Amino acid sequence: MSENTAADEIIICQDVCKWFGDFQALKNCSLRVQAQEVVVIIGPSGSGKSTFIRCINRLEEHQAGDIIVDGIPLTRDVRNIEQIRSETGMVFQQFNLFPHLTVLENITLAPIQVRKMKKDEAMETAMGLLNRVGIPEQADKYPGQLSGGQQQRVAIARSLAMSPKIMLFDEPTSALDPEMIKEVLDVMQELAETGMTMLVVTHEMGFAREVADRIVFMDGGEIMEVGTPEHFFTNAQHERTKLFLSQIL
Amino acid sequence: MQEIHASQVRPPFYRDERVLGIFSQLLVVIIVVGLGLFFYNNMITGLREKHNIAITFSFLTQTAGFDIGESLIEYSRERTYLRAFVVGLLNTFQVAVLGIIFATALGIFVGVMRLSTNFLVSKIAAVYIDIFRNIPLLVLLIFWAQGVFLKLPRVADAIVLGDAVYLSNRGVAIPWGIPTESWSTYLIILGAGIVVGAGLAYFLREQGKRTGRMPLVTLWFIVTVAAVGLIGWIVLPQPMTLDVPILEGFNTQGGKILSQQFMALLSGLIIYTAAFIAEVVRAGIQSVSKGQREAATALGLTAAQTLRLIIFPQALRVIIPPLTSQYLNLTKNSSLAIAIGYPDLFAVAGNTILNQTGREIEMFTMIMGTYLSLSLLTSLLMNIYNRRIRLVER
Repeated sequence: MSENTAADEIIICQDVCKWFGDFQALKNCSLRVQAQEVVVIIGPSGSGKSTFIRCINRLEEHQAGDIIVDGIPLTRDVRNIEQIRSETGMVFQQFNLFPHLTVLENITLAPIQVRKMKKDEAMETAMGLLNRVGIPEQADKYPGQLSGGQQQRVAIARSLAMSPKIMLFDEPTSALDPEMIKEVLDVMQELAETGMTMLVVTHEMGFAREVADRIVFMDGGEIMEVGTPEHFFTNAQHERTKLFLSQIL
Repeated sequence: MQEIHASQVRPPFYRDERVLGIFSQLLVVIIVVGLGLFFYNNMITGLREKHNIAITFSFLTQTAGFDIGESLIEYSRERTYLRAFVVGLLNTFQVAVLGIIFATALGIFVGVMRLSTNFLVSKIAAVYIDIFRNIPLLVLLIFWAQGVFLKLPRVADAIVLGDAVYLSNRGVAIPWGIPTESWSTYLIILGAGIVVGAGLAYFLREQGKRTGRMPLVTLWFIVTVAAVGLIGWIVLPQPMTLDVPILEGFNTQGGKILSQQFMALLSGLIIYTAAFIAEVVRAGIQSVSKGQREAATALGLTAAQTLRLIIFPQALRVIIPPLTSQYLNLTKNSSLAIAIGYPDLFAVAGNTILNQTGREIEMFTMIMGTYLSLSLLTSLLMNIYNRRIRLVER
């Protein structure tokens, strides 16, 4: 596959369309993401940002257009879907940790069940990841015993445990108290610096300006404008982009 | 500097939160105990002065003098009322236990079907639930008794399944084992098999904890016990002979006959209660937030793994309390047996014994006490289980 496309284009979306009933949530969205690139998607609520990244690991099914992830076309073929899911990690707004499992069990579950990793090995990896996100002392607690920021960092560790090539972040800080946002953004920034390919839906403009390689502005299910942070914050072309930025900044 | 001593100021007792709390509780206790004593006294005095009756349970040792259609223990009309009471209790217990097991299995099955994305499967489950949940149980029971089991052909024309099971208007005759002399030896071998199986299960569980991939412990336990049981069966000279019912003249001989009353009661209870359990199961599964399924899916878990490892464990804590209520309902509803002639606890004690002895107060105390004990026991077991699966929170 990879011969046909530029070698380092890891996500290719071409004219992706998605309807919920009569409502068209995505209108011909096209985007190419390079490996190791950090792309931040911004836009007003209801503009299709979340739907767009949820299509990439098939939590939502797109009805028209093409999505190719790391050379694997996303079709109804369950083998392809499985492969793509195993290469992409996802972090949710509501964390979605498994409340009946400890932090360590949350992180080791998928490596053990899906990757068939040995438990010792999985636990070692998990502890390494917990160290990386800065909360190794919480390993044996249950999610309900952690703060929101800690839960979200566990969720990031849980995704990383599957060693994904791509990380999708769906408004990872929107459900957090202000003082916890930074600890999660710091982890994400560090992750970006290690060269992870990241697609981040967020309202954190500071993060977008500092970490993003490119920013995508979506409105009404369409990708309106794509550009570098510098371009966006100083020289946005589109009227709606300007309006949105003036409201949010 | 100003002295602060707010904590030392005591309010007058009639405004003191703590005093008021204790006082109101005391008041309730006094009222309840007082009322209880009043009614008890009233009853005892009334019985003694108006009817010259004292409360006694001595009649229980008298000869019952009536027959009971079916019994799990040896019984005849020469035995005592107490024995008759126990026969009824065991019959109730038998129906309740079998009913709970089968209703749970059927209920979970229908509940999961109801949530299927397959239109037909889901609709079949919905129709099942809507029909059986909305017909009174008494009507259902009488329908099963009069409309199904009594309408089966006479014994001579019985419907025969595989030359072993006879369906007739007397009930269902099934093959049944008859122990021989080596039976007790066999039980010992089987016991040893269970011990070995439990040991293996323990080992596997420990290993599962180490590797993190839990093997199918229960399955291995069953396989081990079955293997030992099979070896014992082959080695010993026939520990049990299988008694297959055969048709002789106008009746079946041998095997075990499940009476049509028993079958009607059991079927009715299972089908009725399973409809409720199905809804309980559905509600439990749906109570698990969509995000849980999405997170599991995004991690690459299969649908079956997600259901087993993520959804079901969380659904259980929502399912267990209402499921307990359904178990209690099933047990108590089994007292409708009286309507179709099955000799359960209430039919034997609340009808026959009571009519013969006239001991209303004693009999009803015993009956209510027994149902209450059965229910409390069920609740206790279910509560212990519920506590084990509770979520840990802050």
